[in-house]
Amino acid sequence: MTLPLASVVDSFTGAIDFIFSTREAVGGGVQVGGLEQVWDLMAKQIEVSALALAVALALALPIGLYLGHRGTGELLAVAIGNAGRAIPELALIAFMAAFIGLGVFPLTIALMVLGIPPILTNAFVGIRQVDRDAVEAARGMGMTELEVIRRVELPLAVPTIMTGVRTAAINIVATATIGPLVGVVTLGDFIINVNVYGDEGVLAGAILVALLALAVELLLAGVQRLLTPRGLALQREATRATA
Amino acid sequence: MLVALATLAPIAQGSGGFVREPDDAATNCVAENTTVCVGWAIDNIDRYVTPTLQHLEMVVLSVVFGFAIAFAMALLSHRRRWLVPGFTGVTGVLYTLPSIALFSLLLPVTGRGTATAVIALTLYTLQIIYRNIVTGLSNVPGEARDAGRGMGMTDRQLLWRVELPLAVPEIVAGLRIATVSTVAIATLAIFAGAGGLGAEIYNNITFKTGIVVCGAIAIAMAIVLDALLFLAQARLVRWRRQTPTVAGPPGRFAGFFRRLLGPIGARP
Repeated sequence: MTLPLASVVDSFTGAIDFIFSTREAVGGGVQVGGLEQVWDLMAKQIEVSALALAVALALALPIGLYLGHRGTGELLAVAIGNAGRAIPELALIAFMAAFIGLGVFPLTIALMVLGIPPILTNAFVGIRQVDRDAVEAARGMGMTELEVIRRVELPLAVPTIMTGVRTAAINIVATATIGPLVGVVTLGDFIINVNVYGDEGVLAGAILVALLALAVELLLAGVQRLLTPRGLALQREATRATA
Repeated sequence: MLVALATLAPIAQGSGGFVREPDDAATNCVAENTTVCVGWAIDNIDRYVTPTLQHLEMVVLSVVFGFAIAFAMALLSHRRRWLVPGFTGVTGVLYTLPSIALFSLLLPVTGRGTATAVIALTLYTLQIIYRNIVTGLSNVPGEARDAGRGMGMTDRQLLWRVELPLAVPEIVAGLRIATVSTVAIATLAIFAGAGGLGAEIYNNITFKTGIVVCGAIAIAMAIVLDALLFLAQARLVRWRRQTPTVAGPPGRFAGFFRRLLGPIGARP
């Protein structure tokens, strides 16, 4: 198979050009593209994604931590985690638009629904996997249940919990791309409205969304590194070295 | 029935014309589009057969190709451990790319159509399947390996007769996760110019009944495929190793449900 290399290169060059300089819309009239519009749409996408992630964290993390600490509700935690993967993103967004209406609110709800399962399940699993001996030792030192969670279980579960948060964040940012279907103009506008932005706009949108997702992943990996207790990180390095 | 279909077909096209003289409740319901028209959906379920089959085709092809590639990668890196971080990194980056972006990025290279959708979805499944095969192989107890060696097995025999069979639970767990997520993500294949349930939703984006029916079919498809893989594994692995990752509620019944519900959703 020979790839039409020249045309592929042209497409990508055009997409880069779309990102950096404005041009007339396909239908004529308005100017589209350029850094200013790119930044507007990206800011919107980051804004709704951050909002949805915050709400999902506020709801799912306490429940996951509580269930994990109590050691109950495993079926619930696992079922929610698995059910979350089965939610068809497009159907969810279309459902919100059709039944609730357009705007940031329905989009946030939809994104939150996608964010909750990985956070809840990983919080549960992370806490459950904490060495029971460590928890017993903490109790023996006279810690209250809340202190056990906050000072022992939570720090030790950071890697697993953060993995869930990263999965949730990536799902949320990715799905926020189809925000224009609920009337929230995110970077997906470039991809969805090909009649306005043209093929190069679609490709530009795809490049920007991909970069945004990778940036979010890197950022959260950094956060995870900061939150992981030093002792735990050292211990992991040691086991890796001997493995 | 056919006449009814012919009159109703244009309505469901969303922006298309409405029937001027509604002759029954179902038609009225669709014309008003205020709620889910269960009666209409039951009468017109045939119009969703083709999108469902297209969707299923995309999912099955992607998971099969994804498994073949991930399996080859896992075998390649099995005795060459230094390959593992590289493979994990590449599949991880692919997995991080939003599907809608991946579909659009492939358009200038492979054009619009099912092929592009299948390529993107295949790339997506690699991370989960590859990671689970590698985990499964490395979780094989050293005693089992030693026993195999003691029986005079070569590396190849050890792999196919001892290591891979013992890794089946993890491998199937990866396949189940990959399959379920692919069914969901494939709704976005409309952005690759492919058909399926996503196209059906997208082309009638304001039609409430259509959205709910397509969404329900997608979820049902995920559940059925997941259950099929679970049953396949149960047949394949009768000797089942006891490797509970999380101490669960006691009792066989709960254990069965836990396995049916699927692998625990944490990524390492």
